Amino acid sequence: MRIDHLAIDKWIAQNSRVLDLGCGDGSLLKHLSNSKQVHAYGLEISAEYIQACIEKGINVIEQDLDKGLENFKSDSFDTVIMSYTLQTMHYPDKVLRDMLRIGKEGIVTFPNFGHWNARLHLLFKGRMPVSTRLPYQWYNTPNIHFCTFRDFEKLCNEMKFNIVDHLVVSENTSSQILQKWKPNLFGETGIYRITRS
Amino acid sequence: MPETLPSDSVGIVEPQTAYFPESFTLANNRVLPEYQIVYETYGVLNQAKSNAVLICHALSGNHHAAGYHSMDDHKPGWWDNYIGPGKAIDTNKFFVVCPNNLGGCDGSTGPKSINPNTGKAWGAEFPSLRVRDWVHSQAQLADKLGIAQWAAVIGGSLGGMQAMRWSLEYPERLRYCIVIASSMRLTAQNIAFNETARQAIMSDPNFAEGNYIEQNVLPEKGLSVARMIGHITYLSDDGMGKKFGRDLQSGSFALGTEETVEFQIESYLRYQGRKFSASFDANTYILMTRALDYFDLAREYNNDAVGAFKKAQCKFLVISFTSDWRFSPERSREIVNALIHAERDVSYAEIESTYGHDAFLVKGQDRYDNIFRHYLKGIET
Repeated sequence: MRIDHLAIDKWIAQNSRVLDLGCGDGSLLKHLSNSKQVHAYGLEISAEYIQACIEKGINVIEQDLDKGLENFKSDSFDTVIMSYTLQTMHYPDKVLRDMLRIGKEGIVTFPNFGHWNARLHLLFKGRMPVSTRLPYQWYNTPNIHFCTFRDFEKLCNEMKFNIVDHLVVSENTSSQILQKWKPNLFGETGIYRITRS
Repeated sequence: MPETLPSDSVGIVEPQTAYFPESFTLANNRVLPEYQIVYETYGVLNQAKSNAVLICHALSGNHHAAGYHSMDDHKPGWWDNYIGPGKAIDTNKFFVVCPNNLGGCDGSTGPKSINPNTGKAWGAEFPSLRVRDWVHSQAQLADKLGIAQWAAVIGGSLGGMQAMRWSLEYPERLRYCIVIASSMRLTAQNIAFNETARQAIMSDPNFAEGNYIEQNVLPEKGLSVARMIGHITYLSDDGMGKKFGRDLQSGSFALGTEETVEFQIESYLRYQGRKFSASFDANTYILMTRALDYFDLAREYNNDAVGAFKKAQCKFLVISFTSDWRFSPERSREIVNALIHAERDVSYAEIESTYGHDAFLVKGQDRYDNIFRHYLKGIET
């Protein structure tokens, strides 16, 4: 189970309506339907992931998030999740706005580009960071809009979103200790719970 | 004609007939004093009668969805690519029922049948039908077969409309609804194609205002043109280009010659038209296209598709094909959006394909096959 999925679980209410933007292979929604009996839909664009969701019995809708979410009515969901998807969007700000129009609450997780590893990679190698979690080269990566925790918080502030709660998670133990001291430097993944103000 | 039957075929099948002696009131309030439905079944109904699947056919389909009627058949049933042992609709698991719709011309009561009141063929006098009339007659067939609840009702195109109508008319009688290349209502362009096809039939002098059987003639030319129009719209520009291009069937463009040139597409369409008009009934074609035009899922629900689908209890799978311009992906997305806002379970896949509207029948499309197959695999029986 992915560490960010475990954290998200805590913020999801029993029997709530959940929309997962970029639901991947459906493992988060599968988990949430077992643990919280949520009524959920995942949006996905990859044929392989859609197939995986169908095999898991997850409601999955083929839809390109970059083409907008006008088909979803305002306030039609309790929680809209975007897990490791924000950085792949053409217009992250538009998706965030839509997210909080459709849902009463949004949960966003993304990789921290301000992580020391990424900073060192660029500083010493002079090349775009490549890690096990983000293994792509600059020219073939689906991740086109990286941000740091500080960047994201600034955007939320500009868009007048409330950050109700946030967590910083890391897979490795030394980061887990250091992220408490300087999250923007040592945290690997940010998980934000946001609402309209 | 198969030398031996393929191992994933349902094999030799025999149509059956269900006779309903009681009068049947139609949506337009006219009454059929009696009627019969011809149908085929594949696979075995389990003891709990919980593994039955209903296949609803499209405009020109019939009850012969899979297998062969004899070893002399040139082709298997119309959905043989997806029905059979080990196929997407797996007959090792499901008991598959496919009826010929009321108003059809392949054995079920329709314009070719004798009107018991007059002793003559109904012809143009056969009552107009709505999709719900098919659904209600299919429900009577289910009663006769002892099937209280379908594991799934499945249909493509006009068949998808029947499947959706099932979910609203008999919400407790199906657990899954699979709607392929369909729509909640036709667009003006779509109705326009149907009307052009009908006019082609009606303008054939042999149509005789629908009483051609009595006059012992057939409006073959009109029906043939109607089919050609339809056929063009079921394919995509790309698909047609790939299959035929500008290839010539006969003749030449060489300078200094005056040979008549015939493109392959011309000869293909004419062949399709001829074949169809020899086997299909013109009045049925008119009746079926009208039922298509009249269908509007949400009309009686204040034109609110969300409100309509709130009545449904089953889970839905909706599939569309990118090159289908007759029932475009946009129409399927409308179904999906209504289902989501009605809080129904639904999955949706948009299959990349060059086969146009006909794609739902065409084999060898891995993604379509996989989604269809795995969705059905997940259905408990």
